[in-house]
Amino acid sequence: MKKKIGVYVCHCGGNISDYVDIEKVKEAVKEEADVYLVKNTLFACSDSSQKEIEHDIQESELDAIVVASCSPKLHVPTFRGVAQRAGLNPYNYVQANIREQSSWAHSDNPVGATEKAIQLVKAAIAKARESEALTPVKIPAVNVAAVIGGGIGGLRSAISLAEMGTEVYLIEKESKIGGHIAQWDKLFTSNDKGSDIINSLYSQILKHTNIKIFTNAEVIEKTGSIGNFNIKVKIDKEILPLHVGAVIVNTGFESYQPLQSEYGYNVLENVITLPDFKNLIEKSDKELIHNGKIIKKVAYIYCVGSRQDDEGENKYCSRYCCTAAIHVAIEAKQKYRNIINFHYNRGIRTYGKQELLYEESCKNGDIYIQFNLENKPQIEVVKGKTLIKVKDILTAGKEITAEVDLIVLVTGMISRKDDTLINTLKIPVGRDNFYNEIHMKLRPVETVIDGVFIAGTCQSPKNILETLNSSQAAAAKANSVLTKGEMTLEPTLAQINPASCILCENCRNACPFDAIMTVNYEDRQVAKVNVSNCKGCGMCTPVCPTDAIDLAGFTNPQIEGMIDALVN
Amino acid sequence: MATQPKILVFSTEKISDPAIDLAGLLKKHYPASVYTISVPCSSCIKPRWIMRAYEKGFDGVFIAADGTDCSYGESCGEKTSQIVMNTQKLMREKGLQPSQLKMAAICSVCAEPFVKHMQSFVKDLEKIIETHANS
Repeated sequence: MKKKIGVYVCHCGGNISDYVDIEKVKEAVKEEADVYLVKNTLFACSDSSQKEIEHDIQESELDAIVVASCSPKLHVPTFRGVAQRAGLNPYNYVQANIREQSSWAHSDNPVGATEKAIQLVKAAIAKARESEALTPVKIPAVNVAAVIGGGIGGLRSAISLAEMGTEVYLIEKESKIGGHIAQWDKLFTSNDKGSDIINSLYSQILKHTNIKIFTNAEVIEKTGSIGNFNIKVKIDKEILPLHVGAVIVNTGFESYQPLQSEYGYNVLENVITLPDFKNLIEKSDKELIHNGKIIKKVAYIYCVGSRQDDEGENKYCSRYCCTAAIHVAIEAKQKYRNIINFHYNRGIRTYGKQELLYEESCKNGDIYIQFNLENKPQIEVVKGKTLIKVKDILTAGKEITAEVDLIVLVTGMISRKDDTLINTLKIPVGRDNFYNEIHMKLRPVETVIDGVFIAGTCQSPKNILETLNSSQAAAAKANSVLTKGEMTLEPTLAQINPASCILCENCRNACPFDAIMTVNYEDRQVAKVNVSNCKGCGMCTPVCPTDAIDLAGFTNPQIEGMIDALVN
Repeated sequence: MATQPKILVFSTEKISDPAIDLAGLLKKHYPASVYTISVPCSSCIKPRWIMRAYEKGFDGVFIAADGTDCSYGESCGEKTSQIVMNTQKLMREKGLQPSQLKMAAICSVCAEPFVKHMQSFVKDLEKIIETHANS
């Protein structure tokens, strides 16, 4: 039993305290038995708060701590580190999730959220009170990673992993690697061709004997856990089993397809998407011709399929499309001097070095007209002429009408629809339908599935540079996990009380890992857990007729203490 | 306002916890009288814990099971079902309705199904409580 428990209740900026009355929580738990101190903190995970907790553990000789903050998925390693640095066993720390499971889940009910937070903290105190010092278990892990997706990001991840000594299986669903980029011509900032960049990466891959590429291949099954996944890859009609330690998902994006008649799409012949226009420029020769008509005036309508209003599903900014549209407009102007570009935008977002493109476009004489969602550009065809009308924010709402030859819809990125992969890997998707990382800043390439990482545009809209950065980050993270050759596992293993064991064999029959052995105890045979085989699932615990088995960290006193605390 | 039925959810650290967290992240609301205790695998839940919950005042217990996604093996679902059946026998002996214990597979992407399960379970429990009060 722990007698000096320190409790820290986090505001998480306002993420928790906007809905949960932190002072009320603090007040409610301070009289709990064995609680030595209760503090609130703006950000429990900040360096200063971590140091304060370390100081408290040492100065007040705390024998357990509770941090009431976010999901344990995010910060259990952080606070276990705090405990360890202060000389406290990391398993004498318990986290109460009062953000995802209280303040956010019940933001519609602050009173209920506060009451629930109080009970959750009390339950965590009850668990901490019965906590024991535990030592982590280590198991072998294979230094092999599967990279799913052979676009520019997947290729970069594979090369980075291979350079760090990890064996890589690169799995591409299509018949060729390269993804979207292989089909694109000149790219900003280097003006290299997309196909040249892909060829360069491919030639690097060929130099690495530890990368194997599978095309027309799809992951259809995943079992096991971090360090030791067994995946099945369907290649044409064959099934290939692979043993890998980690999986990096880098499956890219799809371009938004405008709805029928959205800005005249699929109704007017001279309304096309940005990818189509890019192809048109590449394929056109001396004159820019679409549907037999020479194009001189081009209107680009921005944010099509992005930053949508309440009726639309995509609320996010696709980040790359402002730059892509301006880049294409400059290309068009370079190739066809007499082109006039009209940019119907909602605020140009050419951040960073991409601002240079915007500057160049302005110097070229491109015309920028800004609108908002309440006043979208209206398209009319009058006597065979295509007219765009809009109230321009930049000229105090003046209505501007322009006659154009071609309308280019600047379409954003949407998530790739791949139900097989979602069902196989079980990576949660966010409100934007892209895969969700654990935390966009603190753990940006990790998912809630340990050992499954995400990178590139399957995670969120990104430009090429951002895709490459995240792909290398995912590779570095996966390698850092696998390169040690062993995994540190939770020491939450089964433990059998020999005095109560009647050797009924139920536990042996329930165990899927052959972790129950027989030993002598006081002149009789009893069951004992083989710790090198035990995975800590606890399947053996409910089947014991004498309740002789407990799972460390989930013992009867701990769980029942939590239940009691949640009700009281 | 009448007090809502109190539900204890046993969820699993790797599979169903992320779904419950995701529900919060997406601000998908469910009753605040739903509390969660995490365990490594749904097949480690002891009937005595479930019975303890009823004894102490929970109206319902929901097992957010790993199902076929369990990283510990395919037998998890079957074993968890057995735990539910064994516990329901104990519940009958104590005069509790077997429907006060529910189990459903909740994987890491099942935020919406989890919320729907909670909303419907609360309604079911309200009926049970009302029937019990009138009998």
